[in-house]
Amino acid sequence: MREFLESIGYVRWVLPALLALPVIGAGLIWMTPTPRRRGLAPGIDEIAGGLANGPRWIALMVLLAEFVVSAGLWWAFDPAVAQWQAAFDVSWIPYWGVRFTLGIDGIALMMILLTTSIMVLAVLGSWTGIRRRTHGYYALMLVLTSGMLGVFMALDLFLFYVMWEVMLVPMYFIIGIWGGERRIYASVKFFIYTMIGSLLMLVAIIYLGLASADPQTGIPNFSYDRILETVQVSPTAGLWLFGAFFLAFAVKVPMFPFHTWLPDAHVEAPTAGSVVLASIMLKLGTFGFIRLAVPLFPEAAMHDDVRAVILGLAVIGILYGALVSLVQPDFKKLVAYSSVSHLGFVMLGIFALTVQSVQGALLIMINHGISTGALFFLIGMIYERRHTRMIDAYGGIARVAPLFATLLTIVSLSSIGVPGTNGFVGEFLVLLGSFRTHPILAVVSATAVIFAAAYLLWAIQRILFNALDKPENRHIPDLNGRELALMVPLIAGIIWLGVHPQPVLDRMEGAATRFVQHVETRASRAMAER
Amino acid sequence: MQPLTAFDLSVPLQLTFALGPDLLLMIGAMILLLWAAWRPESAAHQRSVASASIVLAIMTGASVWFYLMRGFSASPGPIAVDNFRWMADLVILVGTIFAIALARDDNDRQGIGVAETHVLILLASSGMMLLAAARDLMIVFLAIELMSIAVYALAGLNRRSSRGAEGALKYFLLGAFSSAFLLYGIALVYGATGSTSLTVIAERVIVPGATESPLLLAGLAFLIVGFGFKVATVPFHMWAPDVYDGAPSSITAYMAATVKAAAFAAFLRIWLEAFPGAYTAWHTALAAIAIVTMVVGNAIGLAQRNLKRLLAYSSIGHAGYLLVAVVPGTLQGASAMLFYLFVYTLATFGAFAVIIAMTRPGRDTVMVDELSGLWAVRPWLAAGMAVIMLALLGFPIFGGAGFFAKWYVLQAALQARVPETALAVALVLTTVVSAGYYLFVIMVMFMRAPSPDAEGLPRTPALTRLVLAVTVVGILVLGVYPNWVQRVADAGLPRVERASMLGLFGAPRQAR
Repeated sequence: MREFLESIGYVRWVLPALLALPVIGAGLIWMTPTPRRRGLAPGIDEIAGGLANGPRWIALMVLLAEFVVSAGLWWAFDPAVAQWQAAFDVSWIPYWGVRFTLGIDGIALMMILLTTSIMVLAVLGSWTGIRRRTHGYYALMLVLTSGMLGVFMALDLFLFYVMWEVMLVPMYFIIGIWGGERRIYASVKFFIYTMIGSLLMLVAIIYLGLASADPQTGIPNFSYDRILETVQVSPTAGLWLFGAFFLAFAVKVPMFPFHTWLPDAHVEAPTAGSVVLASIMLKLGTFGFIRLAVPLFPEAAMHDDVRAVILGLAVIGILYGALVSLVQPDFKKLVAYSSVSHLGFVMLGIFALTVQSVQGALLIMINHGISTGALFFLIGMIYERRHTRMIDAYGGIARVAPLFATLLTIVSLSSIGVPGTNGFVGEFLVLLGSFRTHPILAVVSATAVIFAAAYLLWAIQRILFNALDKPENRHIPDLNGRELALMVPLIAGIIWLGVHPQPVLDRMEGAATRFVQHVETRASRAMAER
Repeated sequence: MQPLTAFDLSVPLQLTFALGPDLLLMIGAMILLLWAAWRPESAAHQRSVASASIVLAIMTGASVWFYLMRGFSASPGPIAVDNFRWMADLVILVGTIFAIALARDDNDRQGIGVAETHVLILLASSGMMLLAAARDLMIVFLAIELMSIAVYALAGLNRRSSRGAEGALKYFLLGAFSSAFLLYGIALVYGATGSTSLTVIAERVIVPGATESPLLLAGLAFLIVGFGFKVATVPFHMWAPDVYDGAPSSITAYMAATVKAAAFAAFLRIWLEAFPGAYTAWHTALAAIAIVTMVVGNAIGLAQRNLKRLLAYSSIGHAGYLLVAVVPGTLQGASAMLFYLFVYTLATFGAFAVIIAMTRPGRDTVMVDELSGLWAVRPWLAAGMAVIMLALLGFPIFGGAGFFAKWYVLQAALQARVPETALAVALVLTTVVSAGYYLFVIMVMFMRAPSPDAEGLPRTPALTRLVLAVTVVGILVLGVYPNWVQRVADAGLPRVERASMLGLFGAPRQAR
């Protein structure tokens, strides 16, 4: 495989190609004509009907191609190499020192693969759910893909910021146009919350760019590597800058008091929107912590007080998310709040700062992407049949839709973190790793695993197993072929990562270790100076 | 004859050459004025005068481009011959062309047959070009009056509209008021320094102790007030919403973008060339005005349901952002301001092109609700408006160059010798506030059901469509590849006397 990839010069073009492909696809979709009138002539109507399906087929094909192209990275990536891989670098705006620099490490690799695979499924998941204005919808999904991939690849802070903002607009439209009843409120809230955080990050990025400006020419520099090496800021400035980055990423994660946009956005978004939000966009926040906020300002991030606050918020988020999930009557909201809890584990793992806990955090990022994505898909499928998300409205579904029941059970177990599923490995590693540095927090957080079991098992009991006492539920059709095809890869991922996560861990280990070492050395040096 | 590279402004002929583009526009406008008055008012006459005016503006633009490319310079004198002037001229002329194009369609639709509209726009623009060139406070005043009087008349162009009359009267009274402030400020500065020439003032202000003179300080304060009125900064903004709402849409766009651009160009030149020595005296005041302007403009914008008033408050907010570029008093700030003005001109004219397309005959304003579900009815119009709204918001890629403009201003603020962090933070936070109303417009267009009478909207006139397309494409293209304007805007640094600059702001950057 590797020889083949080398023979086509794969690593030289793969990253820009991954960014360009969806944009080209979006352009294609925009150009497919919209069938406007019906009943023109026999034969023409069929063609018009076929055109109406055009957008989703184009989106599916483009994203499948995207997935195939990105899959090569799995083999092309060499875990032993410490540098950025598949690097790509051209000048963009020379006058401001802005370059178009892309590159990946093990963490970005896994995130990119997660993104490209989830996006294919997201299109499949919208196949019948989205009926209005399909052109816009699928074009935005494709642009969104580019934006998210760009964040994972960007090695220039300017580019990072651009990509970070680019993914906001498609999601705003996806929630606001194709969402549920309170979609407008949810979409504006989502947009404004994210924007407050990211604009302060913008100021911080410019500050950093000017701080590492070329002394001769005065041209600012936004290259991640050079900023990492050269920027020296005073402890106070470091604290403020870290604060700006923290706010941007904490809103996105979301960490405890900044999470209030999440239930609204997740619940109101269309199924695929919720999936993308939960599976990928939340990870951008934690990815931002690992890539930017913590390595750039280890002194501030590892300052005892700061760290205590963040770890405290993480643990509060873990427990709060779990407890609120427990009382939700709305299944989608329940899953949304469970995300707050899961992402709290990720934050705990990152800031506990041991190799194990960071690896665990990375694994949870992937696992949560698969399990919660799968949960949202399943909710969407049942919603299309019954048009309600209230847990009370169901009961005894297992008898009419056994396939659905089986899948929901497997996915729930994985989300709870039962051994043998992917959820277990990540949470176990985080708890193990953080127990070494913060035993009390680890013990407290471990209780949330029990809550998770409680809220999910209780919910699936009420949905799947209680008496089949509502007449509307007697004729719910079971999953169809498309829905099964969509779920099979997710189930396969759940089991594979639960049984044999080693290949994934191997690829991320180098990056995680370097992250921990870098932060520890810088932080302890700062400590010694104090 | 050898091509001139440096004009000696004390020689009348060379002074005339240095004023070449300005004179071309003025003389051309006079001739067009005669032609416009020659025939009785009619729609056809109005249209042909508009076309001739556009041709004249394009010719003037070409001559400006020629001067810019030849890199002329001049001896110190009453007018500047530098890239800053030419760049400001280009921004003004782009606005002028858009304004005439929109006015032609708007007059047609509203049944206004005043062919002088376009000539008045040309006359105002010639005043603006003079303003961008002025290096003497007397010329500044002269140019401002030339510009303002033409715009007063333009504001009241729609004689059948009572709101138009109200706005025009308000604009005239407050404009006269602000001119008085300006003139008084000039007089006081003259009293303190004994000169109206920016170069001489700079030399006299830099003398130790000069900035303690109460006469000079009072003069500076009056100048700030006078310019504050012209560019509509808080607390001198009260006239803007009424005037912007009452005037015909094309004129509103012209006032919001081009008048502002010219006033800012003069404003910046005066601060940078005449008063670097008094930096500490004006810096705090301007910074405070900038913050208040950004906060008030954007906060009140949230409550607007009338699209023209919404854009009026948005333009007040943008005046605040532009002041952020002026406050550091650096060359980067000057470049950032020019770039911002260019992008802002594109976005404003695009937005008003949409307003003109949406205005029904006989109405003079558009409520935001009238855009309901526009995407379903007029997808291109809605998409264009969305891009413009995002550009005004300063959003990357989808908002195109709007993001780069804001980025540049922020960078200039943080690049000042003492980084203006407070201003930068205020800028981004008020940007978040502004998202509230820009997104509201987008939300109404894309997320609401179409209003029942949307189908009855008349077809968008050709020139309006062209203006919208050019502005939107321009914004998007510059949003991916800003290098070209970047380079030209950077060439547009005011050629400030080095002696007064070096001591205060450090050497200008070498990089080109």
